[in-house]
Parts: sequence; C-alpha cells; structure tokens
Amino acid sequence: MKYGVNEKGYYGDFGGAYIPEMLYPNVEELRQQYVNIINDEGFKAEFDDLLKNYVGRPSPLYHAKRYSEKYGANIFFKREDLNHTGSHKINNAIGQILLAKRLGKKRIIAETGAGQHGVATATVCALMGIECVVYMGEIDMARQAPNVSRMKMLGATVRPASSGSKTLKDATNEALRDWIGNPVDTHYIIGSVVGPYPYPDMVARFQSVISEETKKQLLEQTGNELPQYVLACVGGGSNAMGMFYHFLDDEDVKLVAVEAAGKGVNSGESAATTFLGQEGVLHGSRTILMQTPDGQVVEPYSISAGLDYPGIGPQHAHLFKVNRAQYTSITDDEALQAGLLCSQMEGIIPAIETAHALAQLEKMTFKPEDNVVICISGRGDKDLDTYIKYFNF
Amino acid sequence: MNRLNTLFNTKKDNLLSIYYTAGYPALNTTVDIAEALEKAGADFLEVGFPYSDPVADGPTIQHSSEQALENGMTLNQLFEELKELRKRVSIPILLMGYFNPIVQYGVERFCKRAVELGVDGVIVPDLPMYEYEARYANYFIDNDLSNIFLVTPQTSEERIRKIDELSNSFIYLLSSSSITGGSLELTNSIEDYYKRIKAMELSNPTIIGFGISDHKTFEQACAYANGAIVGSKFVKLLAEDDYMGKIPAFIQSVKG
Repeated sequence: MKYGVNEKGYYGDFGGAYIPEMLYPNVEELRQQYVNIINDEGFKAEFDDLLKNYVGRPSPLYHAKRYSEKYGANIFFKREDLNHTGSHKINNAIGQILLAKRLGKKRIIAETGAGQHGVATATVCALMGIECVVYMGEIDMARQAPNVSRMKMLGATVRPASSGSKTLKDATNEALRDWIGNPVDTHYIIGSVVGPYPYPDMVARFQSVISEETKKQLLEQTGNELPQYVLACVGGGSNAMGMFYHFLDDEDVKLVAVEAAGKGVNSGESAATTFLGQEGVLHGSRTILMQTPDGQVVEPYSISAGLDYPGIGPQHAHLFKVNRAQYTSITDDEALQAGLLCSQMEGIIPAIETAHALAQLEKMTFKPEDNVVICISGRGDKDLDTYIKYFNF
Repeated sequence: MNRLNTLFNTKKDNLLSIYYTAGYPALNTTVDIAEALEKAGADFLEVGFPYSDPVADGPTIQHSSEQALENGMTLNQLFEELKELRKRVSIPILLMGYFNPIVQYGVERFCKRAVELGVDGVIVPDLPMYEYEARYANYFIDNDLSNIFLVTPQTSEERIRKIDELSNSFIYLLSSSSITGGSLELTNSIEDYYKRIKAMELSNPTIIGFGISDHKTFEQACAYANGAIVGSKFVKLLAEDDYMGKIPAFIQSVKG
C-alpha cells in the first residue's frame, strides 16, 4: 500500500515507537506478532464471526434521500452507529481482545475520551471474562456520565485521570503509566490510530472493515465501488482511517477529514490539530500535535470529548503532509446544528463527533451525480445532555 | 573525554547522583541547588527539564514538572540559568527530560547548546535505542554529549549488550519496571536481576535508579552497581521550607 506503514514503522516522516525502555518488551512482542496473528485463518474466522453475530456487521450503507436532495448529490451514511455499543470503536476492541488472548494476557487496560472506546473495551472484556481497567479524564467522566455507568455495569473499573487537562490525553498518560508498571500480564487496548508502532497500523487494520464493506455496498447500490468523496471526523482518527483505508490507493476518491475547531480555530479553544499543530512526538509516535514553542503539549478543547485530543495519528499526519486527504475543521456550534439537522431530516441522532463530519457538507459543493459517503461513527445517546442544554429542549 | 568519564575512571563505588526538576520550586534555582549538592557530597547530578506529559513519572515528579512549567521554566530559560553552571559547579551534569521539547528546540541545536554550557550527558526516556541510532546518534556523538540508556528487569541480554555498545559513560538500571517515585523492596527477583547484570561484566559502569530513597536502598543498590540515583525523595525535600539548608543533611543521610 502506497500510504501504508513501512517496515520501520513509519508513514513518511511520521510514526515510529518513541517509548520508554519499560514499554519495549510489550511493544516489541506486538510488533513481532501482530501481522501473523491477524493473518492467521483461525483468528480471521473468530474476528469475522464476532463482527457478524455479536457486533451486527455489516453495518448498513444508507442512501440518505432527504440529505441527498438538500446537498445536491447522492449522500450515503455508513452506519457505524448501529454497531453493538453504538460506535465504530467495537471493531478495534474485538480485534485487540482476540489478539490479547492469543498473547496470553490476563488483564486489559484502555483510555477513553467520550467513553465509546471504554464501553467497547469493557464490553469485549465482559465477553471474554478478562479484567478491565479504563482510564478516563475527570472532566470527560462528568460530561459523558452515562458511558461511565455503562462501563461499570459491564464490570470494568473506571479510574479518573486527574492530571493536566483531565481529558483524553491525560487518560492516555495514565494508561501508559499503568502499562509500565504491569509489563508482563497486561495488554493495552489503544482506541485510536495513535501510539507507538504497531498500534496505528493495527488499529487501522481492525477498522478497515468499514471501507471494505462500503466498497461492496457502493458497488451493489450504485454500480461503482468508488465514490467521489469520503468524509469522516478526526480526533485521533480511527473511524476516519477505517473509512479511508481501502480508498487510499484510489487517488480519484477525495478524502475529507474533519477536525474539531471548538470555539473557532484561532479562539485558543480548539482541537484543530493540522491547523494549529507542528511536528513532534506524542504518546509514542512522531506526528503533528498542538504544542507551545517550547514543546509543551497544548490542552485542546472541543465540545466533543472524542475529538478533544491534541494530536492525530501518524498516518493522518502523513496523508495531510502529502495532500492525500483534505483536513478541515468545524466549530462546536456548526456541529451541534448539524446534529439537530440530521436528527430532524433523517431521524438519526448522531454523536457530536459524527456531527462534525455532517457539518462539513454545508461547506462543500457537489455535482448531482457525485456519490458521497460519510462515516456515521457513533450514535448520539451519550450526548443528549449536551444537545438538550444547547438547544434548550 | 567528558566529566562523566573522568568521574567513573577515578571513582568506582558508591557514586551518588541526585535528580531534581529545573524550575521547581522556583525559577533561577538550578545552579544554586547544583552547587549545594556538590558541596554536600553528591557525585553527579540529573537536572530534569519539565514536560507537560511525563508518562514515565509518578505523582511527585509530575507535580514538580507542572509547578515548574507554571513558574515559566522552558529549555531557553534553563539554558539561560546554566550560563552560571561551570563557574560554580564542577561535578558532571546530565539533563533529563522527554523528547518533544528537544525536537522543538532542534535536536542538533540542543546538543550543541547543552555542551557549550557544560552539560555532559542526557537521559531521554522516550527516545529508545532504535530511533536514537537510526536518526539522531550523530548529533550526540559529534558534540561529545553522552546519551544514557535505560535497562529494566525485562530487557533481554542481547539488547543489554547492544545498549552497552552504544553507551559511552554509564547505563541506567531501573530497579523495576515502574514509574518514578515507587518504593523499593529488595526482593529475590530484583536481586537476581542485579546479579545477572553484574555477571554480564558490561564495559560501561551501571547506576541504579527508581525507588532509591534512603541509606538502606542506596547501600543495597551500590552492592550491585557503581552507584545509585535518588530522585523523587529529593524533589519532595524541595517542597519544604529552607530546603537549601537541609541539603547537606539529606545527602549525609543517604550516604550514611
């Protein structure tokens, strides 16, 4: 794959494994084994079976007729919100728990922002009967309270990350610290295409089922497996990478990644990494991150907990730098309005993360014959409080 | 040959190194603390430059880093303070911190500036051997700035041999796989690990760190290595009133 990872763990200038020695044995074990395990027939059969019969895949590709009329193109929703647990995060969680089992791990840790990845991880740990500890920023625990309760009900321990900005990056720090202290029996299920190599590639492969299905579904529905546009929101970037994966080498397909502008890209309260960031090292990989001139990580802001991250995965940094994908940004207000519009025109309440991708439609012009796919990465149940407060329902 | 090599050539046992975070508890204290530590009998020092996301550190050093950043500590500020260093301090000095601030400063520029100011080596926990060797080693070698690698109980013998080859002053042995600031019980498995390393007869001296906090743990470490590093325990002292006056007694209590 032209845009895939090379044998040294890099995507162009980005990637690698910038980890303390304490994490080396764990990450090296993964590096040596992940491709063999993922390509093993027994693994594939178990993964596919769980995706089909437990997650409910394939997720529908829905031709959104009223949206198509409004935006003057054929708009398709890839319905990851209909997955078990309500978002795309379950795809990766299933893949990694099966991998962890084959590596003989007895304990799972995870970080979570919006709680979607934490819920997905707690779910697969319950399914496999494995101990689960989820780290979540204190602020995120407050704004995504229903997901905290869901994780607890599923038997996971939720530990608050109370350092720094008390959001996703700090939860990731705490999970890494836990892993340093538990180097033998614990597997860390990273929820996005971030972290040291091989995580970005591993998570992208597990999420690539999204674009694999989309191609088949487009062929059935339109007679052509390639659309003109593919859109997805980007925090760390896992749903976007899954949505882009099998289209990367089809250079005519325009890929659009939507970041969270928060209160505006230049407001000082934003998470629009490609607009505000520089190259550096965050959470184990060389990538683009928001930072001060002294190299301190800037605390990001977005109303959406899942996009509130100061970096992007290294493959996204590469796609941005070589212009394979276009990176745009959407404000809190634009996203919430788009969430309302989608609810009232298509009967689908999207996660606020997803609403960022939907809002991007307002800024684009299409030809009537264009086929446009948007990844509906998650459902909005967890965000009802935020929507209710914003719209005064 | 830099000051570290000179030190290790002349003193082989019971070397005591102290870690502290620059900018904590206040700006413009880095050289004062270094001078006091040298007078009190520390053999070499590790000066931490703070980072917003110190994943290898426990609560004590996390807190000192946060406070130092709030005080306005940056690499530029630290280098400004270190202009006084070699007028007042003669023991070896290492800088310790995470890689991203160095990337922003410019790796080559960082190495040059550090050596100009009299810094002898660096410890960058999140710059592992492979990435160092593939992309950055020349900047360190050309400037005669030692890069110190960490070894944990889980590090394989093959990898330790490779680290020994790439090192040119000392190897930092972690007492266990943990973040900083933990307490150390000398269990059989840790003792076996120390013995295993000692039996490898590495060409570089070894210094043990993480979990060394008092005379007992210092002595235990020195039985298997050339010396040991005290970090979090000293950083806690810096939070106390009149910490400068308490430095001699602290060093004495560790050395015994």
